[in-house]
Amino acid sequence: MTANATAELDTFPKLLLRNEAVRPLRPAMRHKDLGIWREWSWADVARQVRCYALGLMAHGLQRGDKVAIIGTNRPKLYWSIMAAQSIGAIPVPVYSDAVADEMAYVLDHAEIRFACVQDQEQVDKILGVADRLPKIEIIFYDEPRGLRDYDHSRLQAIDEVIAQGAGILMSDPAAVKRLDDAIASGKGADTSVILYTSGTTGRSKGVMLSAGGCVKAATDTVEFDRLTDRDNVIAYLPLAWVGDHYLNYAQALVAGFTINCPESPETAVEDRREIGTTFAFAPPRVYESMLTRIMIRMEDAGWLKRKMFHYYLGVAKKWGEKILDGKPVPIGARLNYALGEVLVYGPLKNVLGMTTIRIAYTAGEAIGPELFSFYRSIGLNLKQLYGQTEAFLYVTVQSDGGVRADCVGPATPNVEIRIDENGEVLYKSPGQFIGYFKEPEKTAETMTEDGYVRTGDAGFFEKDGQLRIIDRAKDVGKLRSGALFAPKYLENKLKFFPNIREVVAFGQGEDFVTCFINIDLTAVGNWAERNNVSYGSYQELAGHPQVYDIIAGHVAEVNRQLSEEPMMAHAQIRRFLVLHKELDADDGELTRTQKVRRSFIADRYAPLVTALYDGSSEADISTEVTFEDGRKGVISARVRVVDARILPASTPTPARAA
Amino acid sequence: MNAMNHSEFRQDIAPGETLLAVDNVTLRFGGVKAITDVSFDIRKGEVRAIIGPNGAGKTSMLNVINGFYHPQEGRITYRGQTRTKMRPHVAASQGIARTFQNVALFKGMTTLDNIMVGRTLKMRTPFFWHIFRQGPAMREEIEHRKFVEEIIEFLEIEHIRKVPVGKLPYGLQKRVELGRALAMQPELLLLDEPMAGMNLEEKEDMCRFILDTKEQYGTTIALIEHDMGVVMDLSDRVVVLEYGQKIADGTPDEVKKNQKVIDAYLGVAH
Repeated sequence: MTANATAELDTFPKLLLRNEAVRPLRPAMRHKDLGIWREWSWADVARQVRCYALGLMAHGLQRGDKVAIIGTNRPKLYWSIMAAQSIGAIPVPVYSDAVADEMAYVLDHAEIRFACVQDQEQVDKILGVADRLPKIEIIFYDEPRGLRDYDHSRLQAIDEVIAQGAGILMSDPAAVKRLDDAIASGKGADTSVILYTSGTTGRSKGVMLSAGGCVKAATDTVEFDRLTDRDNVIAYLPLAWVGDHYLNYAQALVAGFTINCPESPETAVEDRREIGTTFAFAPPRVYESMLTRIMIRMEDAGWLKRKMFHYYLGVAKKWGEKILDGKPVPIGARLNYALGEVLVYGPLKNVLGMTTIRIAYTAGEAIGPELFSFYRSIGLNLKQLYGQTEAFLYVTVQSDGGVRADCVGPATPNVEIRIDENGEVLYKSPGQFIGYFKEPEKTAETMTEDGYVRTGDAGFFEKDGQLRIIDRAKDVGKLRSGALFAPKYLENKLKFFPNIREVVAFGQGEDFVTCFINIDLTAVGNWAERNNVSYGSYQELAGHPQVYDIIAGHVAEVNRQLSEEPMMAHAQIRRFLVLHKELDADDGELTRTQKVRRSFIADRYAPLVTALYDGSSEADISTEVTFEDGRKGVISARVRVVDARILPASTPTPARAA
Repeated sequence: MNAMNHSEFRQDIAPGETLLAVDNVTLRFGGVKAITDVSFDIRKGEVRAIIGPNGAGKTSMLNVINGFYHPQEGRITYRGQTRTKMRPHVAASQGIARTFQNVALFKGMTTLDNIMVGRTLKMRTPFFWHIFRQGPAMREEIEHRKFVEEIIEFLEIEHIRKVPVGKLPYGLQKRVELGRALAMQPELLLLDEPMAGMNLEEKEDMCRFILDTKEQYGTTIALIEHDMGVVMDLSDRVVVLEYGQKIADGTPDEVKKNQKVIDAYLGVAH
């Protein structure tokens, strides 16, 4: 124990020693193995990491070396990160589902010497590309299964390394001193970790984060959310993602709480329920699939239960969020809600494993307001945050009670945010990255001259100080009047309606905004069945006057919402049409990840775009389509173009052109 | 998996030596000859495939090996002992386990319980103690549970541990059935079409489990399979049956080139 003053706690290994001294018996990690939760206290973890680090030193690992960490959330992989950092080596977590080729790029670019991996699958991947990775010296693995007959000249079990280190700990005081010195001489300015971005836009880049910055950022949010060593998290997010490294690894070391590793990725939900986590993070789609599962199961429940469920969801919808936010609520409603808690919300949260959750976050993409409200109304303190790897996660965060579905919150403590003239969000944060590894020119592109980092996202501040992210900055355009036009923002708003599957908004350089709409065949088909509307094809259903009416209602609703937003009021949708065919990746209209290819669609359906803007009420179009078996055919249609209802902006803005 | 206690009688046969020999076996059902004068052997530690067109007598052959059918002629020698009369449960206690072409699990029981069933023969504590689940019975159950949990981890079915198997998709049921067979710590594992009805991914998983079983538990495996790609990849030696007769026997490569086999599968011009 060398560090006493708080000022010295600027690296994770030092925090580990502090936790060993301050809370030696508190659980640091759990892992469900063979159906039983195994537990390690902070003292256990500190000892394992010390032995592991001594073992790695004996293998020749030195300050500044890069160590790849590949696998799912396992205690031994977290220890690998800690052990490497203790020596001053730099851990580089790599996405375990990366294919061998992607993995080879990262391992090569990061100049990896040692790799700590989970199992045979990862060993195979590395060995498969070993000829491209001359720098890799040795691979350490956690699970020996299937590896018995492998050539072990460059392969060793992590257990053996730890055992070896345990021997050194007993017999070689000089080596132990070298390790202690290495930990003590670690500085806040040192690179603590390199996190590779997922690479959705081009080659992935290695984001270098400093130890001091990481600790400072994590300390801020631990204080913000009042996390203590009594908290529990389940570690199921990819190790290589900033979310895991921050929310679990960094915050656990700062606050001293417990990281729980699930038995396997598939059991994470069940395991979380067993542990009763208190702090949770999940992307919107996880919340969505949980809700869908509940709703489907409720449909199979008995009449009484179903009635009760829907009645109390109604009560929750009306009062739940107000109660959660501590707003005044009549005593009768409070009592009814309390009864609902006993009858519905409590059991529901229990099934979802949310009974003990104190704080839950979501981020990553836009979350539907209905979905967001649902969880909050049954008493889950769900909040949003906005962040990125370069910031070491948090840029903005919502505080308890200051939550809204459409914004991501005000700046996190000690983070400065600025919106530049193009609407791009810039920030300065304590955890801000040092730079991209070996790519100074890309680092320079991302930084402004006065030291702010560009997020690449466009957004603006609402009146209550919450940041609203509207789109990727490069996708945001302007109408002819110069007013802001954020196509994805409009599209997402429309896509929250179940009847609408896909939307393509136009308006760049035009006088007003228009859009193509694709109906959702399942949802609209279901409606048609219930209302005795007969149709023979997708095309016929899409062109049905009543369907047009429904969609017009949705568009009007979106316009109403937009009219209440000063920045967006001028971007209301003036005209729209319902496309006669589904946009399809086979026709090149969508990417393989189901994103719309806006300019391609504009070219392909040029006559329709013209009709949207020249005021005509219908247009003919014939398009070539590719069938599933690869044959081509032509679909022709006459598509109706409709004017949508627009509202005056609730507050006039100078940007609104006459 | 160091908790594995290999059955005490297992050491005496070295890998590569004959574990089970089938000599001139003929099996008749009334006037129908299901198997006619077939001989082959299964060596310790190998994966032995039995292939052939539909109705060739493959499943009958497995049933003869595990004592369900009694051949009218010929001999079965297992571990050096020639069998006279054989019952399936005796075969099981001697270390022969099998899975079935149609999954045969207890649909209403969980994955865990189904695999625990495989341990029944290994239970030693008197039934009396198990009624009360006390003392020695509890200790024994914990030991068996540990072994079963190792199998669950081995087969990567942790997420369905407590799910009734009737609710599981077919591919997973097959995996549970393999788990139950493994729970018996068999010396010889008979798999009847372990990959029937599976998609490519499930097949690849199953292949890996079969190879890992061989490596990790040292189990000798005899399997019937229709997917030729799988058979050629997995097995060390292949025996080919047609109309109850053996038409070829050898390594996958030898069998592939055998004219009789090609004719049996593709038909002959007459």
